[in-house]
Amino acid sequence: MAPWNPRTEEMPPDELRRLQFKLAKSLVYRLYSFNEFYRRRMKEANVHPDDIRSLEDVAKLPFMYKRDLRDGYPDKIFTAERNELVRYHVSSGTTGKPTVVGYTERDIENWSESLARGFSSCGLGRGDVIQVSYGYGLFTGGLGAHYGAERVGATVLPTSVGNTERQVELMQDLHVTAIACTPSYLLHMGEVAEKMGVSIKNDTDLRMGFLGAEPWSEQMRGRIEEWLGIRAYDIYGTSELSGPMFTECAEQEGIHVWGDLALVEIVDPATGEVLEAGEQGELTITMLQKEALPMVRYRIGDLTAVEEGVCACGRTHPRIGRIRGRVDDMLIIRGINVFPSQVEHALLEIPQVGKHFQIVVDRKGALDSMLVRVEVSEEAFSDKITDLMVIKKAVEHRLRSSLNVSVDAELVEPGSLPRFEGKSKKVVDRRSL
Amino acid sequence: MEKSYIVKQISIFSENRPGRLAAVAGALRDAGINIFAFSIAEANGFGVVRALVDRPEDAHRTLTELGFRVSFTDVIGVKMRDEPGGLSEIASVLGDAGINIEYAYAYSGRDGAVLILRVDQAEDAVRQILARGGELLKASFSQ
Repeated sequence: MAPWNPRTEEMPPDELRRLQFKLAKSLVYRLYSFNEFYRRRMKEANVHPDDIRSLEDVAKLPFMYKRDLRDGYPDKIFTAERNELVRYHVSSGTTGKPTVVGYTERDIENWSESLARGFSSCGLGRGDVIQVSYGYGLFTGGLGAHYGAERVGATVLPTSVGNTERQVELMQDLHVTAIACTPSYLLHMGEVAEKMGVSIKNDTDLRMGFLGAEPWSEQMRGRIEEWLGIRAYDIYGTSELSGPMFTECAEQEGIHVWGDLALVEIVDPATGEVLEAGEQGELTITMLQKEALPMVRYRIGDLTAVEEGVCACGRTHPRIGRIRGRVDDMLIIRGINVFPSQVEHALLEIPQVGKHFQIVVDRKGALDSMLVRVEVSEEAFSDKITDLMVIKKAVEHRLRSSLNVSVDAELVEPGSLPRFEGKSKKVVDRRSL
Repeated sequence: MEKSYIVKQISIFSENRPGRLAAVAGALRDAGINIFAFSIAEANGFGVVRALVDRPEDAHRTLTELGFRVSFTDVIGVKMRDEPGGLSEIASVLGDAGINIEYAYAYSGRDGAVLILRVDQAEDAVRQILARGGELLKASFSQ
């Protein structure tokens, strides 16, 4: 698909790196000179802006964490004046004090530009109708996708989350061609549609989805694409960096992170050491052009790898692979790292069970135990206990071989596992440590 | 001919926790469906409720709408002499014919005792039992 901004998107890699260095250097000077928080941080880390002599030297700068935003609540570490801000977004605060992000006019501009590039790289444009089923309001998803889609000339249907039957009706009535929501919510919508007698594949014009805000797997993509008859693209972002900002292109070979806006590093979650391209680690981003809240070397907590080569689509910017999970979602079961995304990945290869699951972790005596609850699919249900036990064993075997941890499987009634309209919460950890 | 003796049983997947049988039974009661016979097979964590009812299609729809996983299974119902040796007779007929019984449950109704059987070759079992003078429930019994 044709680039939205060809000069930038197809900039030769060397030129892009020079631009990144120039932007990083001036950002660091600006922060050191005009912002108390950043100056103190750099002094503590014994680094001066003059020490940044190449792009690699960015690794000398100290990391930032979510707690820096919490400690600076609400706006102590902002780098723009209050009267320059045109918007706030605020996180839900479910895992602690909420974090506040401010935006200048230019920040909103760049956010929309970033998504406009992503959306058009998948072929969204004038003539498309996009249903934005991310939450609107303090959460960044709805408004972020909304502005990006308006920028490329698409018609936006701002449905937000919930009232799913009505969403299905509107999808049909207004000839919606694209949707932006979480993969869990799209699955839920597909099920609701079927209950209403509507096949999204056959009875709607939907042809693409921008799915994100939670980790999902390649298998899940395959299932969604086949079941709903659409192309499903990964979209990535986090409120601290603006909101949803980056998407895959039509090649579906990783998420393009626009290098003129963000500098990506992958670091070892334990040591903070910068890893090579292709190595899995913690995503760390520096926002090169943010005015209100730049976030230098921000440790996002998402685990992925970066791909440096030029994409088959011709875009030259680095791409990140699927998010494998979060550093803090990682379960340690008997000393072995387990990610919920691995469980999902394994289950999707077993046709006898449905797409929903729940992980229950417990400690029996001194040992961790892991139970995975799955729903038996309609086709696989047999009235013979032995057949059902075969399914249970198959699930246990499959999970054991992919996680290297022994797992109990429990077959549960269809529809009995929780469905999620926003971010899904698939782990119940009952261990008291 | 043999087919007219193959009875449609409904089978329901159920988690093994309090209130699930009550939910199944209550739904059938509300739909005015009569249960002739039933059994519960239980494994760890879940079970399968098997039942012969007067309106299997309605029962299937009612329970499916409530979110239960429901299927039909072909079974046969053999009338037994309600006295010592009744079960032995039937089991021997099937054993001699090399027909395997996958599961069985029994009930004793107004017309005497009946053994409900799921076998690996239902039509063959019907032929063997009729040939040996046995009596079977008609499929129309539950429709």
